[in-house]
Amino acid sequence: MKEKSTGKQKVIWAIISILVLIYALFPVASILATSFKSAGDLTNGSFLPSPGAATLANYEQILVGDAQELFLTALWNSIGISLIATAIAVVLATLCAYAIARLDFPGKRLILTTALAVSIFPVISIVTPLFNLWRNIGLYDTWLGLIIPYLSLTLPISIWTLAAFFRQIPWELEQAAQVDGATTWQAFRKAIVPLATPGVFTTAIIAFFIAWNDFVYGISLTSTEAARPVPAALAFFTGASQFESPTGAISAAAIIVTIPVVLLVLLFQRQIVSGLTQGAVKG
Amino acid sequence: MKANGKNTDYSDRAKAERRLGWILAGPAFVIMLAVTLYPILQAFFDSLYAFRLTAPDEREFVLFQNYVTILSDPVWWRDLAVTVLITLVTVAVELVLGFALALVMHRALKAVRGWLRTAILVPYGIITVVSAYAWFYAFDISSGYVNSWFDWVPGIDPDLNWFAQASTALPVIMASEIWKTTPFISLLLLAGLAQVPDELTEAAKVDGATWWEQMRKVIIPNMKAAIMVAVLFRALDAFRIFDNVFIMTGGQYGTEVLSLLAYRTSITRLELGLGSAVSVLLFACVLLISFIAIKVFKVDLSGSTGGKR
Repeated sequence: MKEKSTGKQKVIWAIISILVLIYALFPVASILATSFKSAGDLTNGSFLPSPGAATLANYEQILVGDAQELFLTALWNSIGISLIATAIAVVLATLCAYAIARLDFPGKRLILTTALAVSIFPVISIVTPLFNLWRNIGLYDTWLGLIIPYLSLTLPISIWTLAAFFRQIPWELEQAAQVDGATTWQAFRKAIVPLATPGVFTTAIIAFFIAWNDFVYGISLTSTEAARPVPAALAFFTGASQFESPTGAISAAAIIVTIPVVLLVLLFQRQIVSGLTQGAVKG
Repeated sequence: MKANGKNTDYSDRAKAERRLGWILAGPAFVIMLAVTLYPILQAFFDSLYAFRLTAPDEREFVLFQNYVTILSDPVWWRDLAVTVLITLVTVAVELVLGFALALVMHRALKAVRGWLRTAILVPYGIITVVSAYAWFYAFDISSGYVNSWFDWVPGIDPDLNWFAQASTALPVIMASEIWKTTPFISLLLLAGLAQVPDELTEAAKVDGATWWEQMRKVIIPNMKAAIMVAVLFRALDAFRIFDNVFIMTGGQYGTEVLSLLAYRTSITRLELGLGSAVSVLLFACVLLISFIAIKVFKVDLSGSTGGKR
């Protein structure tokens, strides 16, 4: 494994790397190419827009054109609902994971098992009763009506990931700081908070992804632009006429909702990988 | 500082710690129960009634009649078969592909390691609906390029409508699912690989074991726990597949899965009694899969985490 790389090995690795890159990026390139196609170009069966015919018209249509209302509202809904659901989940999960890692109390196992059970729950099984309940109490098609069910997606993984992070914190530091004359709060803030912050931050990113990715709640518990998030809005996009499918506009919208998320992944890949794997494997 | 939990006579300090523990952990626990346990109980209750939202006044207690109706309907069994097929195929392919990717990331030269991991994470960051559209437009008969690229392959011609029959639509649906979720499984396997002690592999190499023997006798047995967790999580996830099917075929032409059946029954047709029964049955399937996995593979999920401290 540690032997020096020879020229032949380099070639092999170059080929493997290219294959992996194609595997990972081709579908993204595919929808990116589609998003620049003009209406006439969409059906000619080629991968790239015809030379000279690449256009920003699809982006114009969803950002400043006739689909603007639909797309920008949905984008705003997605950002707002996902951020609030993430914030609530991370705050509650931080308290919970701190207690699990730091304090001795009966029921820790019960809490972790419940989190696991909730995370394997089929979302669609919750949707039917919520659909009826939300209609009765006025939460149907509102932000709050999505934020609450999103907690079933974001809370369990946040608890697991944070509990894994917090277990690795050397809590004795706190005591040491107290011995050195710090108050309890000072000791906690100076010794523990800096160590815990990266874990909380990572968890927030992972939870945000999961909320951002939701589709089932989004299409089932909303009916108008009042609360419909982007993934659901994409599925209900309609073209200018019923004979024209909005392929270009959907592709452009897909690219816009993908860019910020992929940037986040790229910027914080190290943290995300450790967060995901610790939460799931080591727990 | 830490109280000894095994003491029978709790000091005031230990009592205070127990109380604080539940004060901090309680809200998260209660919310988890409220957003899942309560709805599923409500679903079970609703499933005992003949209840259509289009005629709410005719709500009537029918006991298990809804379950009889569903289980005697071939649609349920067809959708179950499609769901199981998708689950088995995607998990099997993802396990092999994910393992290959994990090996590549594990052994890659330093220079490319970061790049590879970054690239592999991209599908993870993309929302399922976007991935579904990317695959759909590539294969779609009007906007797609697959037909013209692969017309030399027997069976693929420019007129092939991939989404008009299950035999061609399901492979595309599965491919998009595999593409999107393999990164997750390969990250779990990479973490498992990292836990295999290097000395063991070295020793096997010194003993003259071939690459395949090292894999089979040393590496894979040592990663059993990681593999089991990855397979179980992915299987449960694949069983709930919804987004890609909804986008690509809407469940038409024999591609409907159970989640879509539940959605169609409750949300589209407003048959809340029947829909609730489908939801409960789907939940029962997921419980059954977890139960079998835990029994057969002896994965102790909570034990792998439990009170390690």
